[in-house]
Amino acid sequence: MNRAFGKKGGLLRNSGVQTVLGSLLCILLGLLVGFIVLLIINPGGAGEAVAAILKNFLYYPSAVAATKYFGTTLVKASALLMCSLSVLFAWKVGLFNIGAAGQYVIGSGACLYLALGLKMPWYICLIAAVVAAGLVGAVSGFLKAYFNVNEVISCIMLNWIGLYCVNMLLAQVKEQSTPYTRTIKSVNGGGLLPTLGLDKLFSNNEFVTVGLVLAVVIAILVWILLEKTKLGYELKATGFNKNAAKYCGMREKRNIILTMAIAGGLAGFGAGIFYLTGIEQWMVQQTSVPAMGFNGIAAAFLGGTHPLGAIFSSYFIQHITSGGTYVDTTMYSSQISDLISAFIIYLCGFVLFFKVWLNKRLDKRDEKLAAKGQKGGEA
Amino acid sequence: MLLLIQYTLIFASVLVLVALGGCFSEHGGVINIGLEGIMVIGALGGALMMKYLPAVTSAPLMILCVILGSVLAGMVFSLLLGVAAIRFNADQTLVGTALNLMGPAIAVVLVRAINTAESVDNVSSTVAYGEAKKAFLVNIGGFEFNWFMLIALLILIASYIVLYKTKFGLRLCACGEHPQAADSVGINVYKMRYAGVLISGALGGLGGLVYITAGVSEWKFENGVAGFGFLALAVMIFGQWKPVNIGLAAVLFGLFRALSNVYTGFDALVALNLPSTLYNMLPYIISLLVLIFVSKKSRAPKAEGIPYDKGQR
Repeated sequence: MNRAFGKKGGLLRNSGVQTVLGSLLCILLGLLVGFIVLLIINPGGAGEAVAAILKNFLYYPSAVAATKYFGTTLVKASALLMCSLSVLFAWKVGLFNIGAAGQYVIGSGACLYLALGLKMPWYICLIAAVVAAGLVGAVSGFLKAYFNVNEVISCIMLNWIGLYCVNMLLAQVKEQSTPYTRTIKSVNGGGLLPTLGLDKLFSNNEFVTVGLVLAVVIAILVWILLEKTKLGYELKATGFNKNAAKYCGMREKRNIILTMAIAGGLAGFGAGIFYLTGIEQWMVQQTSVPAMGFNGIAAAFLGGTHPLGAIFSSYFIQHITSGGTYVDTTMYSSQISDLISAFIIYLCGFVLFFKVWLNKRLDKRDEKLAAKGQKGGEA
Repeated sequence: MLLLIQYTLIFASVLVLVALGGCFSEHGGVINIGLEGIMVIGALGGALMMKYLPAVTSAPLMILCVILGSVLAGMVFSLLLGVAAIRFNADQTLVGTALNLMGPAIAVVLVRAINTAESVDNVSSTVAYGEAKKAFLVNIGGFEFNWFMLIALLILIASYIVLYKTKFGLRLCACGEHPQAADSVGINVYKMRYAGVLISGALGGLGGLVYITAGVSEWKFENGVAGFGFLALAVMIFGQWKPVNIGLAAVLFGLFRALSNVYTGFDALVALNLPSTLYNMLPYIISLLVLIFVSKKSRAPKAEGIPYDKGQR
């Protein structure tokens, strides 16, 4: 009897559906908080500002311009997707990779230096970005596995060390008069990712490249690796209980290092497919780590730490981040989007509680129904 | 040399305050990764207080108000962590990270709004407080004594006493070590944990204020606090969650941080001809090395990071 009723709540009981519901709730509440903050700052334009954030590229009236900026948003989102994959991959193995930001920085440094300094073709640059970032990730993993160093703190330290190192490295390939690195286009055309005609789809947006496709392919590969392979199973088992994994004959230390190396590699790949499009130059006097890696945390959790969910959540986070640049800057600042995504991460912390609460409510409802059903049967 | 001591002491004060904040929170059983964000918000509270208090305010009153501003801002902000971690069993690392991202975002949005409201062309995220800051400084023959150095020392001593010699401190530690046992003798674990988090908010906020007043007279909030919250966590781990050790560790870290500010004053260091970036990296490299040596035999509170569940066996 009970079992039958248990099934009745089917759709809402589905863990995936609950995750999606939770994420949508996070987005709504996040936007609401953003709206309230805007209201407090200046009640006049708050509605318009939120609309601008949500519209992003639709801000442009002409379809040509809108598709072009849609392409740009997609390029940024693909890099963000890689960062969020990096975070969620480590998370599935019980590690918090806050170092995605630093690994991303190292990846940027590696690919830009190879493209600008050594004039390598794009695939070598991309591989270098993955390897360099993967090594940095592996360092955190190594310290965790052998010295029990908390990965969050070692990652943060490596973020800063990495930023300073990359600034030093890229200062060698910067333009004479500006603090920006030279453009890949002007120095080494072969260093740019091939567009494969994708640019035509987005009003000749030259930054839309094969990277977009690769990012989605990798998201699917990560999902397969985590859910369908022995290695993925071992890694997750290590995350659940290190000692049990060891007892089962898994090499738990190797698994931790490998996880962080893969996570780092993913972030490095993100840097590669971003900077090798030539969409942005590196500023060698940067004093803060690029936000991409941290936004990756938001995207990872908003996507319910599922690789395929991350595709959508990364796009959404990038959409509002880009949208932030269109708010009326005489009243507000574009960082309002950062605030919204930070609040969304905060709310993601409540998703587990939300699920437990929802299940309890469903249980209660089912019990009531069951009680009614029994009475009906007796009468 | 005097300058080096001065900078070392002021940075050590920041680290002591923030690390003690982390220490209280973790002894209560809540990991506070969000100290960085709390520092920014505390700094914001203090900076706005300095900006808006009339310049004629007497020095002691000024000090009191500014400290109050940053402490309260830090406490309110830390409640976000407290509520999520204690009431809603949220993942503490995740929420802490959210706090770290939220802090600078809130600060930049607010400060820019204030700046643009004053003049439309001003889109910077900088708050200047050169005049007000003077209240904190006393010149003793070339050495700029900062009242915060004394305050940090007093708080260090107070923390030692509170943690080890008072009922409250011992109960707090019990909640971080074995909350079920603490509950069984009638201690309200939730309340104690809230207390721990609030204290960490207060100290973290104060630390943020000290950080932005160390050496400069305006602060660009876009820069946040440059990983200082995490350095403080490293200090806390190096100090093995014990106030006295934390104090010593903070001085060591403060020294390395100070070097990047004043190394040009030492002929021997200049002669080495190292890039200045290296000195900027130094505190982070040192803390990484230190962590390698001390993390193996960690004295971390046993139950930290685990949400308290009354029904658990």
